[in-house]
Amino acid sequence: MRSFADLLSGKSRSAATAKERLRLVLIHDRSSLPPGVMEELRDELIEVISRHVEVDRNAVRIEIVQEGRSQRLQADIPLKAANLRLPD
Amino acid sequence: MSGRVITVTSGKGGVGKTTATANIGAALAGLGKKVVCIDADIGLRNLDVVLGLENRIVYDLVDVVEGRCKLRQAMIRDKRLEDLYLIPAAQTRDKTAVSPKDMQRVCDELRKDFDFVLIDSPAGIERGFKNAIAPADEIVIVTNPEVSAVRDADRIIGIVEAEQKGPAKLVINRINLELVERGDMLAVADVLELLAVELIGIVPEDQAVLVSTNRGAPIALEPKSKTGQAFRDIAKRLSGEEIAFSSTDGAGGFLGRISKMIRSGETKRK
Repeated sequence: MRSFADLLSGKSRSAATAKERLRLVLIHDRSSLPPGVMEELRDELIEVISRHVEVDRNAVRIEIVQEGRSQRLQADIPLKAANLRLPD
Repeated sequence: MSGRVITVTSGKGGVGKTTATANIGAALAGLGKKVVCIDADIGLRNLDVVLGLENRIVYDLVDVVEGRCKLRQAMIRDKRLEDLYLIPAAQTRDKTAVSPKDMQRVCDELRKDFDFVLIDSPAGIERGFKNAIAPADEIVIVTNPEVSAVRDADRIIGIVEAEQKGPAKLVINRINLELVERGDMLAVADVLELLAVELIGIVPEDQAVLVSTNRGAPIALEPKSKTGQAFRDIAKRLSGEEIAFSSTDGAGGFLGRISKMIRSGETKRK
């Protein structure tokens, strides 16, 4: 299907679609983690970290990032403002 | 002499593995290297017809492995190049007739007498593929600028790394610069970005390849052919020469587009 930009330029540009589809499919293919593992990992990480600091649970993001042919597990775990309070 | 064993593979079938093996082999022999090509696609023999040597076959790889003939007896000398040999696959057997250990033994023997042992791998990731990569020092992956071929190439690159045979080198076969220009074919730069491996060759889509295959005469031996030149460049790179990729090959999407504008003044490569 042609995108709006394609229609404007008069080009089909299916190669860009192919590249984007491949990019996504390769991330999935390369991931050695079985389905569900990411969710489990996320929940357990939150649990462990919450023992020490208060975590903003809904904003936690865990993903696999590609760097060349290697993969990196990247976790973004925002802390709650409560942690910044001065001790009593 | 201790030759290098290079396996040509792809995952997906029909991307041009056998054509690439035949042409890289012929080009290496043309550079004065001693080369033997092994057809590891047992049951689906094809390297013999691509090289035009099908009428000379007496013994095959399985005969060697099962001790019915000496290695020398299964080696067919090319009619054009005296330093190019072929060991054909058996046609009436299947992949289980040969084991990875057998391949290692045969290649260790060949290493002593040849600069290059090129193995034409079957498609897929099963036994035949395992046989083909077992003795390899290096792996060359052939792909096309097309979704299924690139996806399979990525899978193979991963397996090759896991088997500690990497990093694999990539040949992008059948690139059509007009389609790339139009935005309807992945550019060389796109494929490289997705696969993140070393590029060792860019081969244009060319009907002359069909003609040369019809005749059983590798296009790498046609001095004026641009496609032949692409295979000769691969052979030189494998021999350790630094051959730059030209923008006219389609190296670099953006770069290619810019250089096309200034190409009119550029002298064509011989």
